[in-house]
Amino acid sequence: MSKVKNIFLQLVLYFIILSSAFIELSCSGHSSNKILINFWSMGAEAEHVQKLTKEFEKLNPNIEVKVQAMPWTAAHEKLITAYASETTPDIVQMGNTWIPEFVALNSLDSLNSFIDNSKVVQSQNYFPGIWKTNFIGKKLYGIPWYVDTRVLFYRSDILKKVGYPEPPKNWNELYDASKKIRKLYGSEQKYAFFIPTNEWAPFIIFGMQAGADLLKDDNSYGNFSDSKFETAFEYLMKFYKEKLAPIDWMQVSNVFQAFASGFFAMYITGPWNVAEFKNRLPKNLQNDWMTAPLPAYDDQKYPGLSLAGGSSLSMFKSCKHKNAAWKLIEFLSEKENQIEFYHLSTDLPAVIDAWQDSTLKNDKYLKAFYEQLQNVIPMPKVPEWEQIVSAKVQQYAEYGARGKVSPEKALKMLDQDVDKILEKRRWILNKEKKQI
Amino acid sequence: MREKNKFKLSAAYFFLAPALITIFIFFLLPVIAALLMSFTDFDIYSLGNIGYAQFVGLKNYIDIFNDPLFWTSLKNTFYFVIVGGPLSILVSLAAALLINSKLIQFKSFFRIVYFIPVVTTLVAVSVLWRFIYHPKFGILNYLLGFIGIHGIDWLGNPQFAMPAIILMAVWKNFGYNMIIFIAGLQNIPEDLYEAASLEGASAWNQFKNITLPMLAPTTLFVGIITMIGYFQLFAEPYIMTQGGPLNSTLSIVLYMYQEGFRWWNMGYSAALAFILFFIILIVSLIQLKIQKESYI
Amino acid sequence: MKRSLLYIILIITAILCLLPFVWMISASLMTTGEANVFPPKFFPSKITFSQYQNLFSRLNIARYFINSIVVSVGITVISLFVNSMAGFAFAKYRFSGQKNLFKLLLSFMIIPAQVTMLPLFLMLKYMGLINSYMAVIIPGIASVFGIFLIRQYLIAIPDSLIEAARMDGASDFQIYFSVILPLAKPILITLAIFSFMGAWNDFLWPLIAMTNDSMYTLPVALASLMGEHNQDTELMMAGSVVTIMPILLVFLALQKYYIKGIMMGGIKE
Repeated sequence: MSKVKNIFLQLVLYFIILSSAFIELSCSGHSSNKILINFWSMGAEAEHVQKLTKEFEKLNPNIEVKVQAMPWTAAHEKLITAYASETTPDIVQMGNTWIPEFVALNSLDSLNSFIDNSKVVQSQNYFPGIWKTNFIGKKLYGIPWYVDTRVLFYRSDILKKVGYPEPPKNWNELYDASKKIRKLYGSEQKYAFFIPTNEWAPFIIFGMQAGADLLKDDNSYGNFSDSKFETAFEYLMKFYKEKLAPIDWMQVSNVFQAFASGFFAMYITGPWNVAEFKNRLPKNLQNDWMTAPLPAYDDQKYPGLSLAGGSSLSMFKSCKHKNAAWKLIEFLSEKENQIEFYHLSTDLPAVIDAWQDSTLKNDKYLKAFYEQLQNVIPMPKVPEWEQIVSAKVQQYAEYGARGKVSPEKALKMLDQDVDKILEKRRWILNKEKKQI
Repeated sequence: MREKNKFKLSAAYFFLAPALITIFIFFLLPVIAALLMSFTDFDIYSLGNIGYAQFVGLKNYIDIFNDPLFWTSLKNTFYFVIVGGPLSILVSLAAALLINSKLIQFKSFFRIVYFIPVVTTLVAVSVLWRFIYHPKFGILNYLLGFIGIHGIDWLGNPQFAMPAIILMAVWKNFGYNMIIFIAGLQNIPEDLYEAASLEGASAWNQFKNITLPMLAPTTLFVGIITMIGYFQLFAEPYIMTQGGPLNSTLSIVLYMYQEGFRWWNMGYSAALAFILFFIILIVSLIQLKIQKESYI
Repeated sequence: MKRSLLYIILIITAILCLLPFVWMISASLMTTGEANVFPPKFFPSKITFSQYQNLFSRLNIARYFINSIVVSVGITVISLFVNSMAGFAFAKYRFSGQKNLFKLLLSFMIIPAQVTMLPLFLMLKYMGLINSYMAVIIPGIASVFGIFLIRQYLIAIPDSLIEAARMDGASDFQIYFSVILPLAKPILITLAIFSFMGAWNDFLWPLIAMTNDSMYTLPVALASLMGEHNQDTELMMAGSVVTIMPILLVFLALQKYYIKGIMMGGIKE
């Protein structure tokens, strides 16, 4: 019997060692006495910021910064999952449209007390439209790290060919130029304007340009079937219907190749593509593409509104070493480091002074962004926004583009779904009202 | 009857305990918890503050029945099961008959080759096929070009996306059932065929009157496991189409995943999971019944 | 005539089975952009390993590889013990309710695993196990199919062997360890391959349970790469090769056992 016991005990021991080894491996215990700051960043930014955090560690030998990369496409999902599984980091690069969501989940720390005493971070250093995105009420939840907005990328050679030496300045010109480009190709399967329905930004941008309020009643109901949004939506649908824009975005498995081959001549996208286009487009094409601020609803308003996007640095409530974390945020907000980060990543600095840097100033593709950034506005600050745009706006944009339902019907259905998504929000608002 | 009780009963429980305990804690309890959860509006708010969750009765189920996306996902899943399932089984059976033919040598070679798609990782295969299906640069359209079929936008056209996924699934899975059919074929006594040949029955008649009925239990088994597997369609659309275009490849499990683990509407998602379970249960029972009635 | 027709069909089918893989390997050896041309190329103009270098140096694939190995080996080793013990108990002991218990377990096979995933996630979260290897290993430990396979195999083993061991004074556990396990070696190998492949190829649960990218298994990592790099066909093909190769080699080495296992599972009673 004792023999069996021995074997059994050995087995049990083996299991315990094995499992504790697994758990230890996965937690990878932190042994030194240094303060550890976990910093989650996205895609290439994570790679580049490590050079800056190394400098930071040199200046602050008692702090260690661990940078972890999240892929851009999955970043939102990952952050929410981290919240759900209580594995949030200390500092995070937060898409600034997501801030309301994480504030509603009560997981971000307000930074007001920090900036009140900060010499580095001051509101007047930032683009106003961008700065605003970080506020919920009077509380500040993020410091702009780099900025991002959408502008028009276009093939100047093709536009010139159809009589547009200057990029389109308003909706009519955009449509007219597209028609002329389409005419150029005849029966060839090429298009003018690339509006993939898996990117919600253009739909929201054109809606806001037309003056639409996207949500109504204290942001608790959808307002997409309102006539203003409908105008914008129908305007965009025209491009699909008249074959000025490809309906099937999957066909463009490689945006750069498609842009280079003239599969489309215009595309509304963000600053990350400046570096990509420079690297990936063939050399002989480098003088034939350009960026421009967005066309406006009508001439007076040029440049038209665009999204106040970009990433902010936010602090999770779970952060144990808030002062050390703030030190890092401040460090990354210093003008010199903003410039250096631009050189590393080509992400556009959030601090306006950093735009004085010569490489930035001399980059002809970035001028459009600087102009555009003067005219950006935040989106509705509801926690459900990401779900509304990336699940529902995209879905119904596709329905409309493919002609599955009429634009009018698509927007009605969109509002229904949005109302459903906001149901819990209304319930919580009510509950809170009753408590007060 | 052999006297087995002289083995100590406590030993039996000792051997059973690890399996039963893990099954109980990590399978049975979650199933019950999921059922309870499906009657609440548990969501992302509730994760942080349980006060934001409430018992809502059958609301999730009612909402699901009024949810056009659910019906779309149900329709797509049935499309995949009803077309893909039998097609897979037919191809498996045909391959098994071919390999089992007496005229053929190198049986084990072909068996292994046909089996390779089965063992390879579904995610990697889906990634691979996404490129194979590319309308311009994919090899499938290139090859189809030789027989005069041009420019099918496999994954971009709502009409072709599901057939494309079915085609890939058949390619990936037929090897598995083929093996089971080969085993079934080898279990058919040889003298049945000999007797039939003596009576002058044609090959087709032998197939119809001997092979098919003898394979019935195998076919039932294959049918049920294939169907259960196919109802759980997930990785293919997740990788290849994200459920699109026009939600034409949104499956129930993908929808459940999106609601549950992307938007964290966990109550709603749990209700979707249970509906999937009941559908599988009912279809399995029907299948068992039909096959029993027609063969026994 | 008939024979050659059969061979032609067999060979064409074989080509169709293998062609995608051939293209995958070939594309993984191309320079960036070379796989996105018309007409498609079946062979790289010049073989390059730069995609693989990229995967290992920049994209951390070695880490995912290790995660996949740890998870798959962990599930395989633990589940072999757990399921063989249970299978042994069902095959060689008589206790009240045994038949019903076994039937009950079998009936669980019809419950899709997706049903359990939401509560399981919350449970593991409260246990602090999300993002640990255990989060993926634990739900894979006990498998009704495994218990079933082992039971079927052990029933055929004559009780006399066990009784002889008992006469020699062996305890129940010794009998399990030194009589049953060696006898069951073929089925254990079969089951090991099943578990290993199942674990290696599993996607949905690791996708849910591993939220931290340093814990990704290969399929999860590949899916996440697909989001970021879907432009880079050649890179994605290299990633697919790295994911598929190990499992393919395991299969080719042990295919006899694997195929036998499927046949056993397929013919019930």
